[in-house]
Amino acid sequence: MRTSEFIAALAADPVPEPIRLGRRVAAALAIGFLGSVAIYALLMGPRPDIADAVQTMRFNLKFVDAFAFALPSLLLTLRLARPDAKPRAIALWLLAPLILLAAGVAVELVVVPSNEWMSRLVGHHSMFCMRMIPLLAAPILAALMIALRAGAPLHPGLTGALAGASSAGIAALLYASHCPDDSPLFVATWYPLATLICMGVGALAGRRFLAW
Amino acid sequence: MMTASIAGDEGAYRRLLEDIGRSVRAMARGAFARAGVGDADVEDAVQETLLAIHLKRHTWDPGQPLAPWVYAIARHKVVDALRRRGRRKVEPLENFEEFLAAPEPEDPHALSDARKLLETLAPRQRDIVTSISLDGQSIAATAKRLSMSEVAVRVALHRALKSLGAAWRRSVE
Repeated sequence: MRTSEFIAALAADPVPEPIRLGRRVAAALAIGFLGSVAIYALLMGPRPDIADAVQTMRFNLKFVDAFAFALPSLLLTLRLARPDAKPRAIALWLLAPLILLAAGVAVELVVVPSNEWMSRLVGHHSMFCMRMIPLLAAPILAALMIALRAGAPLHPGLTGALAGASSAGIAALLYASHCPDDSPLFVATWYPLATLICMGVGALAGRRFLAW
Repeated sequence: MMTASIAGDEGAYRRLLEDIGRSVRAMARGAFARAGVGDADVEDAVQETLLAIHLKRHTWDPGQPLAPWVYAIARHKVVDALRRRGRRKVEPLENFEEFLAAPEPEDPHALSDARKLLETLAPRQRDIVTSISLDGQSIAATAKRLSMSEVAVRVALHRALKSLGAAWRRSVE
């Protein structure tokens, strides 16, 4: 086909309803989150002593960490979905949850005697955590992937990995209210491992589904 | 101009795509020359870029300048084309399209090859290629029959011919 004919064909294409990427992603998040909440309600639910737990710093810090991770991941994902993305400033915000985690660990190492470090790190539910965060993240990641197919990321793998990070961050918000392990030593070990699983899956899915 | 085009001004959109096409062609020529490959694939890369711009036009934020967005897409597609070019030797896509469009009756061998290649396509794609290239139906008629939009048929045809080209190259290499 000659290029001029090709252009004429494209120009003659009827104008569709405009796609709003931001809205699509927001809708996907809402649907995915409902799915996660359903899994959470079926398999987990809040821990029995949640009324006491919310009085403690360690418990609340988990939510701050997860939120500080989920928000910049999500904004960065959305930005990378456009081909002319300039991600720099938002990418720096991803350092915030890492600094927060490191600070929590440092304080924990000071206030807790060293013979308890290991038992706090291993916690009660490390393997459960590694399975449940990806499980809770799955519906969010799937919905995000579908929404992001309307985007045009120059780096589909990276964009997918960040979508995985976003979904893991949101899943961690839910999971944290179930998990009885509050020590920053536990959180800084197992939550990031679970997040890496989600990011790996996201990267593979991104390369597969977000390339254009 | 892009804003008018998105709003449905067909003439403005065509002029814009022609402008973009010229810039992308110049850019692709440069990139192909630097990579030391012939410019047989340049027009293909230009069309790929224009198609991507068309299909992804909603990812342009009207608050941002248009040129960096176009350039990002063009670079992405040209690099893609060069990468594909690196993996093969010949580029007979245009020829192949004609070969499909006008099968010589006295060369049944070519036709049966084409039919065999067609079987590598997805059913919908195969239907479109058969209808347009082999049976000589118009795009509008095919679109109507399959209840697809015309451009969807064109896009599917374009893609199907590309994968046919790739399958044919694999079979002769």
